[in-house]
Amino acid sequence: MIAYGKDKSAVRDVTADIKRNAITAIMGPSGCGKSTLLRAINRMHELYPNIRTEGEIELNGESIYKMSTTKLRRKIGMVFQRPNPFPTMSIYENVIAGYDLNGSKLKKDQKDAIVESSLHDVGLFDEVKDSLNKKGNFLSGGQQQRLCIARALAFKPEVILMDEPTSALDPLSTAKIEDLLVELKNQYTIILVTHNMSQAARISDNAMFMYLGELVEYDKTKKMFTNPSDSRTEGYLTGKFG
Amino acid sequence: MDNNAIINTTDNSNWRELKSKLFLGIVILLSCITISPILLILYELISKGIKQINPDFFFKVAPDTLQAMTAVRNGEILPGGIANGISGTLLMVALAALIAIPVSIVIGIFLYENQGKKYANLIRTLTDILQGVPSVVLGLISYIWIVQGVTKGFSALAGSVALAIMMLPLIIRSTEETMKMLPISIKEAAAALGVPYHKIILKVMIPSGFSGLMTGILLSISRVIGETAPLMLTTLGSTAINLNIKKPTSAVPLQIWEFYNNPNMIDLVWSSSLFLLGFVLTLNIIAKRISLRYN
Amino acid sequence: MKSEKITKLILLIASVIILLIFSGMAWSMVKGAIPAFGKFGFFGFIFSTEWNPTEDHEVYGAMPFIAGTLITSLLALIICFPLSFSTSLFIAEYFRKKRIAVVLGTLVDLLAGVPSIVYGLWGFYTIRPLIASLGFEGQGFGIFTSGLILAIMIIPYATSISNEIISMVPNELKEAAYSLGATRLEVITSVIIPNSRSGLVAGYILALGRALGETMAVTMLIGNANIIPKGLFSPGNSMASVIANQFGEADGLKLSALIAIGLLLFAVTALVNATGKMIIRKFA
Ligand SMILES: Nc1ncnc2c1ncn2[C@@H]1O[C@H](COP(=O)(O)OP(=O)(O)O)[C@@H](O)[C@H]1O
Ligand SMILES: [Mg+2]
Repeated sequence: MIAYGKDKSAVRDVTADIKRNAITAIMGPSGCGKSTLLRAINRMHELYPNIRTEGEIELNGESIYKMSTTKLRRKIGMVFQRPNPFPTMSIYENVIAGYDLNGSKLKKDQKDAIVESSLHDVGLFDEVKDSLNKKGNFLSGGQQQRLCIARALAFKPEVILMDEPTSALDPLSTAKIEDLLVELKNQYTIILVTHNMSQAARISDNAMFMYLGELVEYDKTKKMFTNPSDSRTEGYLTGKFG
Repeated sequence: MDNNAIINTTDNSNWRELKSKLFLGIVILLSCITISPILLILYELISKGIKQINPDFFFKVAPDTLQAMTAVRNGEILPGGIANGISGTLLMVALAALIAIPVSIVIGIFLYENQGKKYANLIRTLTDILQGVPSVVLGLISYIWIVQGVTKGFSALAGSVALAIMMLPLIIRSTEETMKMLPISIKEAAAALGVPYHKIILKVMIPSGFSGLMTGILLSISRVIGETAPLMLTTLGSTAINLNIKKPTSAVPLQIWEFYNNPNMIDLVWSSSLFLLGFVLTLNIIAKRISLRYN
Repeated sequence: MKSEKITKLILLIASVIILLIFSGMAWSMVKGAIPAFGKFGFFGFIFSTEWNPTEDHEVYGAMPFIAGTLITSLLALIICFPLSFSTSLFIAEYFRKKRIAVVLGTLVDLLAGVPSIVYGLWGFYTIRPLIASLGFEGQGFGIFTSGLILAIMIIPYATSISNEIISMVPNELKEAAYSLGATRLEVITSVIIPNSRSGLVAGYILALGRALGETMAVTMLIGNANIIPKGLFSPGNSMASVIANQFGEADGLKLSALIAIGLLLFAVTALVNATGKMIIRKFA
């Protein structure tokens, strides 16, 4: 359970086993607690006061509360709703920011390799290879978001959390990122918050449906979209509310 | 892809967490040091000044050196008070406010009405620069303009002019900021009713922004009321209560300066400083209250 | 419509007052300073280190005061920086929106309300004896004591500007850094500081502007020796303080020399403040 303030519980009774190397979508009407749940997974919510949590989250069988947040967040990367590259850093510095922030001392050629492969992974390398040392603010929204994904990938995390990563983007950029996610799932475990049902249907393997802070249904995406077992899920998927 | 690079980065997270905590410790320590002077000053002023605060302190003029010496020798509290300073301060601040407030509000409205225009930007920049001019320089100016040019001698008027020039930029900018925060719809509604422009300003904008203007005015008064240097150059001081604006006049800060320079009057230094600080802080608190209620 | 034109005209005329005050100030001071500049030369006056009001041997040079002003103000800035920056981090980052931050902020604001002469008194009766007990000569008067008090006096200005700038750093950037495993300190050094750098610089420039013109507290603590300070604990004098100190008995050439110093002070503070405001305006 995760509560804001004294008695305003935002997420209750969520028990789920997230599959490795798959895309798990979290769906639900806005305000149902998707972001809250997602941010609990890398303990981002602890940045803010007055937030109370109960329960247990494990990564490979190890409680995330037993790790330091710094270590945990290297294993569980995050991509945000709005692209947020660091405006004071160049594209190159943005990709390598995780290492620099963590005070890792890498040789120049190691850094080059990481930057290049991360940008390759998000399909951005050819587009920006001549301007690696420029600030990223001339990039389009979609490119910026891919840069942010590259920044999260640079660490080779095990899990990537994404909170509506395409909701601020145009359809073309969205399609590119969806393709990218499908490719990335071979190497990473992806948890994707979206309130876009068709997106969940297109790219996710498993899906959760949340309503009023509760996990209503968690199943294979195909099953959920064709034959939901809860009437509330059905209602949402058929557009009755949300 | 050279995966080893990633795996090999040593885990230094404990050390980094520790550094981060240490830094927080330093921040808290330095913040405590930052606020200690105000607490020490308040403590010193209250503990040393309170015993001298009595009705005489407000209603009698400062003692002369002989009276003070006698009192000190007999271990009594000093006779007399700072009535000449209080009256002078009130006189000069009131006069300064009278000069500065109307002009500043009109200029502030001018800046608001001419956002983005080159000439208005120039005026805004000059106003900002004026705000940074040291008060002692404004004292010099007022000396040249008023003491030499108008009253042909040190005078309350000269002090007021120096203080008024100090107040101008403060009220101008706060007026402009207040006007900017008013919803445009207020103005438009009045204009749609065909209300003439000057009436929109007088009857709609100024009343709507009244508390914002008031806050700015009170803060500007609290800024100038403790000023000493410009008054040393313009009003000189006086041992008697003087309400003639063409004559030298005392003021509370000027009296503090005089007491400070007179070893027999040292007790009065603390009580007058306590009084002055209390006055300034009260004005500040009232101003904050008004602006809080307004927001 | 006619009344609208008249109203606009009145507004315009009022604005001209600022132009008049400004040009009037410049003109009056230049005129008052001409005798001194004429006698010693513009650069001769600025760079001369001699200050001798003895009749028939009058020599006036501004260098000791320029040096005193610059050194005490820079020292104040150096002392002020760690204190006010920490306080800003406390208020606008670590304890943002918590009651303790509001309390701290209010206390810092109170610092701004203390009149200069009260700082002078406190410095004289509390800080000066402390410095004197360190064993330096000069009873604790001098550059260091003045710089220290000046630092305390400019803290509220520097702090309130940095508070504003630091709290403007977008939350999403901080979160991005945290999501990469950064510690709070690392977020401060690699996100908050780089993203607020120019605003912080402007804040400290404006604080410097205040320090340059402070008069009473410095007068009471600097030792009023018309020499170029010989060290951190040496007495000296500042531009503002020599004006306040020597004005009473000044006329003729001496008055002109003091006005000339006032003109220099005016020019320097105007420059410093204009620079600070320009950076802030570009930044915001
Ligand atoms: N920082 C916060 N403080 C208090 N309540 C919050 C906060 N963030 C979210 N909430 C509340 O928690 C509930 C879940 O919000 P959220 O997880 O953002 O939903 P979603 O991402 O599904 O739209 C909402 O009712 C929201 O108002
Ligand atoms: Mg959300």
